[in-house]
Amino acid sequence: MNWKDEWKWLAGFVAVFFALYFLPVGLPRFDGAITEGLELVKWYVREHVVLCLVPALFIAGGIAAFVSQASVMKYFGAKANKFLSYGVASVSGTILAVCSCTVLPLFAGIYKRGAGLGPAIAFLYSGPAINVLAIVLTARILGFALGAARAVGAVVFSLVIGLAMHFLFRHEEAAKAAAQADLPEPEVKRPLWQTSLYFASMAAVLVFANWAQAEPSDAVFYAIYKVKWPLTAFFAVALGVMLKLWFGASGLRLILAAIPAVLLALFMPDLPILSFSAGFIGLSWVLNSSGEGELNDWFSSSWDLSKQIFPLLIGGVLVSGFLLGRPGHEGVIPSEWVAWAVGGNSFWSNFFASIVAAFMYFATLTEIPILQGLIGSGMGKGPALTLLLAGPALSLPSMLVLKTVMGVKKTVAYVALVVIMSTLTGMFFGAFF
Amino acid sequence: MKKKIQILGMGCPKCNKLYAAAEAAAKELGIEYEMEKIADINKITDMGVMMTPALAINDDVKFAAKIPSMEELKKIISEAK
Repeated sequence: MNWKDEWKWLAGFVAVFFALYFLPVGLPRFDGAITEGLELVKWYVREHVVLCLVPALFIAGGIAAFVSQASVMKYFGAKANKFLSYGVASVSGTILAVCSCTVLPLFAGIYKRGAGLGPAIAFLYSGPAINVLAIVLTARILGFALGAARAVGAVVFSLVIGLAMHFLFRHEEAAKAAAQADLPEPEVKRPLWQTSLYFASMAAVLVFANWAQAEPSDAVFYAIYKVKWPLTAFFAVALGVMLKLWFGASGLRLILAAIPAVLLALFMPDLPILSFSAGFIGLSWVLNSSGEGELNDWFSSSWDLSKQIFPLLIGGVLVSGFLLGRPGHEGVIPSEWVAWAVGGNSFWSNFFASIVAAFMYFATLTEIPILQGLIGSGMGKGPALTLLLAGPALSLPSMLVLKTVMGVKKTVAYVALVVIMSTLTGMFFGAFF
Repeated sequence: MKKKIQILGMGCPKCNKLYAAAEAAAKELGIEYEMEKIADINKITDMGVMMTPALAINDDVKFAAKIPSMEELKKIISEAK
């Protein structure tokens, strides 16, 4: 027996044994929390997966496959215009950071070989916060105000923090001889307006399919709500036409793929979700049967993202439901504790949310169910935004990597800036919403 | 000469995919090769790579930020010196 390695197994067995031995089954709080976890997952799957998550994954996959990442990279070169570098860095997370593991190498590259510390920090900060999936899910689950505040906050923050870092360390930056990294050459396959129209149709499908029920008094929103499915269908057809004309999809296959969706829409108009699902299954089939190429890349990017995100998200929802319960219910953690720590909108609540979020590691998108649980248990809107601004951008593991790239001093300065600014912005937001 | 095939990446799913694809390509070519994973972010940057996954052969970076098709991979590996 090699106990040097085997002790981990033994320790694991012992821990599991005692956890099960003392499992508090039958205790109302524990049993209630299990129910809460399951209820929350059920609600998620019913409300958010088909209409929201699936199209969002297709959009994110499309970005990875069709948007030339190299064309963005030229703004991060050592000789690039600094204003452009900052501007592009603060918004390019939407395109570049579909997968969070790409953020750190890019950051290191921009810092050491490219435009320098300021733009690198701007990119590092905004990247994880403004990817499409994060914004869509935040707005859908936590409400439009928080979703918008998150997107705008992330962009503004990244500029301010990037500039502040550049100012703090400007002497070092000036001394550093910039070495140019080899940037991949952009490959241009179709004009920008075609790509833009294609993404606009995808986004329209997502937005109209999820159009919330509105009161008749709210004239415009109500009018759109009435025709949300025809609008969704219209943009789906537009998407099909674009795929045929510009992306080389087979017209016959597109029509075949659309038949089940159309039939379901005509004969089961009360359950639009069926037609919607059939449409996406059809699309997947068209993309998959088109041989090796862009369309296939699109599907495999979306598929890889799904494999990466689904287990995390469902697991995150279960755990969050178990710990915090649905809104209005309690999980394992009593609501008073949450309300005590992060309720209201005091400086203390915001600061606490900021510090915890900065050190905690949120797996991709799990910040959203966690936050939903916290809000349901009495967290204020201000601290909620604070958590969204400080959380995904920072974690203990990422701080350790940052330390090896830019040293202790700059890492501490960056963390401090993020914590302070998130706290203040959260307080500001909490005071108005 | 033995070819050293290096995969640059910090362990994301795509890097693992590229690693497997490159190894399969080298096997099919029937050349002498060894695989190496470069996960240290500073080393990756020093090799001039900003976007992972990337592939280098004998410390010479061939491409970054993509997973090419099998045919392309074989061509890149067999042409590298």
